[in-house]
Amino acid sequence: MYILIGGGGKVGYYLAEELLQSKHEVVIVERNRNRVRAISDELGECVVEGDCCEVSTLDTAGIARADLAVAVTGDDEDNLVFSEIARRRGADRVIARINNPRNEQLFQRRGLETTVSATHAILAQIEQELPTADVIPLLQLHTGLEIVEVKLPETSPAAGRPVSQLWLPPESLILLVVNPEGMPRIPDDDTRLEAGDALVVVTRKESVERLKQSLVGEIHGLET
Amino acid sequence: MKVIIMGCGRVGARIAGMLDEAGHTVVVMDTNQGAFRRLPPGYGGERYVGNGMDGPALERAGIVDADAFVAVTQGDNRNYFASQMAREVYRIPRVLCRSYDPIRGELFAELGLETFSPTTIGANIVMDWLLDSEQAGR
Repeated sequence: MYILIGGGGKVGYYLAEELLQSKHEVVIVERNRNRVRAISDELGECVVEGDCCEVSTLDTAGIARADLAVAVTGDDEDNLVFSEIARRRGADRVIARINNPRNEQLFQRRGLETTVSATHAILAQIEQELPTADVIPLLQLHTGLEIVEVKLPETSPAAGRPVSQLWLPPESLILLVVNPEGMPRIPDDDTRLEAGDALVVVTRKESVERLKQSLVGEIHGLET
Repeated sequence: MKVIIMGCGRVGARIAGMLDEAGHTVVVMDTNQGAFRRLPPGYGGERYVGNGMDGPALERAGIVDADAFVAVTQGDNRNYFASQMAREVYRIPRVLCRSYDPIRGELFAELGLETFSPTTIGANIVMDWLLDSEQAGR
């Protein structure tokens, strides 16, 4: 695959190193001359010096035949513009790094659905490690779907019921039920859920709150 | 009309002053407090220190009920980012973006954003003047 990387900072550099090892054709576009030299000393002739948000630079770097363009500068505005130009000038697929997780919404609105946010990933990890969270985000799928883990509390309205009698938001599916002993099983309609079960559920991003209501029940904790 | 201006450089400050004088509601934003010194004496509009690419900052500056948003910082990409945010996230009816780079500006326009390039406009003025004076001299 021909992969064009916008931004030769740490992320761009290590990404290129890994991709070159996997025998991909890789070009990094980097503005800073010293960075360009440092990268080409280590990785060879895989760097183009120039502004990765300039149309002519990307054209010269062969954006039109790129199978994939990856925006990994440290600035979300540059990543957005690079992604927009890359897509417009013929890159088949685009992946963008987002630094401020709040900016994800704008990238989605622009139709740039594959985004990666280190801040978001660490936040999600923190939520996984916090025992108080009822619904833990595990994975975002780029079609607006999300995979979450839900632990059923004692007061769960779903406890003691078979899957067929649950009311779940549309486009939500229980993929896996893990009992308190850690035994996983793929549920069918007759599987009875019990308090203490951990469920892995796919749902739409906007339905997470409703999912929480039907599996965890009313919000409990500080407000009670 | 309520207008948010992002970037209090020469152009931003000038637009802010003109709108204020014409009786419109103006909020001019800049990340640098010192930039507001460019505002004309007697400017009665609001100034807000903050980053126009940041949703909460835009909200504090009052974007939610703004009629228009103008992005005139020094950075083309920043202007694009903030303008798309105003348009796509806050649904501001009128959004204008400045791009010094004319080619990038054309691309922004193709992506649905009203964009102007002072580079193109300036070059056209000079060309017109040169060609006109050449004809006048004949």
